[in-house]
Amino acid sequence: MKRVQFADPLMPYMLLLPQLLIVGIFFIWPAAEAVRSSFYLEDPFGFGSTFVGFDNFTDALTSSDYASTARFTLVFTALTTFFSLSIALLLAVKADSVIRGASTYRTLLMWVYAIAPPVAGLIGVMLFDQHIGPLKEFAGLLGWDMQIGVNYFDTAFCMIVIAVWKQVPINFIFFLSGLQSVPKSIQEAAAIDCRSGARRFWTVTFPLLAPTGFFLLIINITYALFETFGIIDLVLKGEPGNNPITLVYKVFLDGFRGNDLGGSSAQSVILMLLVFVLTIVQFRLIERRVHYN
Amino acid sequence: MAGITLSNVRKTYAGGVAAVKGVSIDIEDGEFIVLVGPSGCGKSTLLRMVAGLEAITEGEISIGDRVVNKIEPADRDIAMVFQNYALYPHMTVYNNLAYGLKNRGIKKEEIDRRVREAARILEIADYLDRKPRALSGGQRQRVAMGRAIVREPKAFLFDEPLSNLDAKLRVQMRIEIKKLQKALGTTSLYVTHDQLEAMTLADRLVVLNGGQVEQIGTPIDVYENPASTFVASFIGSPAMNLMEIERDNAQWHLSRGDGLSLKSELEERSAILGLRPEDLHIVEDETQLEDPLVLSLIVSAVEPVGAESYVHATLGEQGQEVIVRAPGKQHFEVGSVLKVAAKREKLHFFSSETGKALTSTGKLQPA
Repeated sequence: MKRVQFADPLMPYMLLLPQLLIVGIFFIWPAAEAVRSSFYLEDPFGFGSTFVGFDNFTDALTSSDYASTARFTLVFTALTTFFSLSIALLLAVKADSVIRGASTYRTLLMWVYAIAPPVAGLIGVMLFDQHIGPLKEFAGLLGWDMQIGVNYFDTAFCMIVIAVWKQVPINFIFFLSGLQSVPKSIQEAAAIDCRSGARRFWTVTFPLLAPTGFFLLIINITYALFETFGIIDLVLKGEPGNNPITLVYKVFLDGFRGNDLGGSSAQSVILMLLVFVLTIVQFRLIERRVHYN
Repeated sequence: MAGITLSNVRKTYAGGVAAVKGVSIDIEDGEFIVLVGPSGCGKSTLLRMVAGLEAITEGEISIGDRVVNKIEPADRDIAMVFQNYALYPHMTVYNNLAYGLKNRGIKKEEIDRRVREAARILEIADYLDRKPRALSGGQRQRVAMGRAIVREPKAFLFDEPLSNLDAKLRVQMRIEIKKLQKALGTTSLYVTHDQLEAMTLADRLVVLNGGQVEQIGTPIDVYENPASTFVASFIGSPAMNLMEIERDNAQWHLSRGDGLSLKSELEERSAILGLRPEDLHIVEDETQLEDPLVLSLIVSAVEPVGAESYVHATLGEQGQEVIVRAPGKQHFEVGSVLKVAAKREKLHFFSSETGKALTSTGKLQPA
């Protein structure tokens, strides 16, 4: 990289300042505030707070409520990640092998990506609407009386389908460009070495997609854990009842509905640690292992 | 092992661009055939059609006794060496070599034996556990060769395998490929745009131009009897000197300008005269000469390359360039007059309409 010399030693810091301010005000400060308040028991009406040490953490981690939410979050994240990655990969492989009208076809598949996330979430919820949702009616045709918001399994199913549906286009774009960067001559060499197309895919193409795949894995886990808040809220219409919720949604519920700011802060600190671990995994293990050139 | 037969093979891409326009070649078992031509002449397309990587629009390709038009690349029993080596980056050298064998259900011990044998021959045994990215260009090239050898296929296909190597390594690998092919006796089809590589490797050359075969023959035959002006100018370095000549009664002269004296029984009214730079010898006194051709040139530049010098000189009023190969020690003055002559059997004549070779009496040479 080119080194730039500044006459004034303060200049580089001045240039960085706007970005640092944004990071500081919107990320570091709230995070620090969350850490601080996770050690306090806040008065629900704001009349003061008491230092309680790790009580908020032990309360959260020992409650059966938290454990069941964590279990659901795990299942939800695993299924959402698995299906959004595998469906996207399947579509990308198929789109990559299309020869006639390839660019039109690809553009059409990517279009979905251009829809704003809340709109996409809303459309997803509409598909499962109790009165007009076509997917609900379809399930009814198959003899499945879907009761979203009432039946635990049906609600979870609906959440996962919408979360997957919304994430597939993004994964698709990454996988498609990953596939297109696999050198043609390597695929040809494989065509000479191996008769079976499926076997060729799993032994040559798929390993070469691994860098893209691992990157998307992290992105998708983060998505399923944190960014599905809106979908869950839309599906539940703000009334969780006995329905499945994720940890992030629980942070919101306990903090803003239950007015337990300390407990909810402790939960968000736990999630912060989780993100921290994920980031380390990404940078340390995966980045080192899956890059070939 | 087997021969390869191409009969009237054509390739037309969607959109009507014809890359290969009817090529027929009979390759014998164990033969080393080099397809040579300028870029865009269809040589790589032809090779890829033999490999099965490119569909055949028309015609028929057989490997051994089997027509392979509709057969998958993996089932054609060929091995290919790619220009950029196309090694599998996520596999070790060992697995790169073994991959094609594993997929064919060959026993583990046999795979191991073949891989180690190939590694020994190619001197890559020390690198078997490395990934391709940890190898130099020359080593990668050897691995690519190894991947072809272990398969023990009916034919090797080489797609400009040496063009990514530096000049010195290229010469070395060229010799090794030749030795290896002779030792294994495997029919080989080799594509290159480098005429020197083509000359040194081939049992027979196939010179391609614009998707058509210009000439098939042994390197020496192609060099000494080029079938057309294209072959004449493509094979040999420096290229053959070509000049347009015309006849007034019995007197031949350059189409533009003079400086040429030629005795010939050629019956055409006009022709293209071809002269190899080394077939022109410098003469002091032309009156005593038996040679039918004498040129009066003006030296314009001299390129000494050590053992010899290439003398660039001009002829006629259009300044037709002629290159003469002279002994290295001789000195030439730029601007001086140079008289050169050539023997009868060294004269090449080509039709001025078609560019095809003519015999000394003006008949089209039998192909």
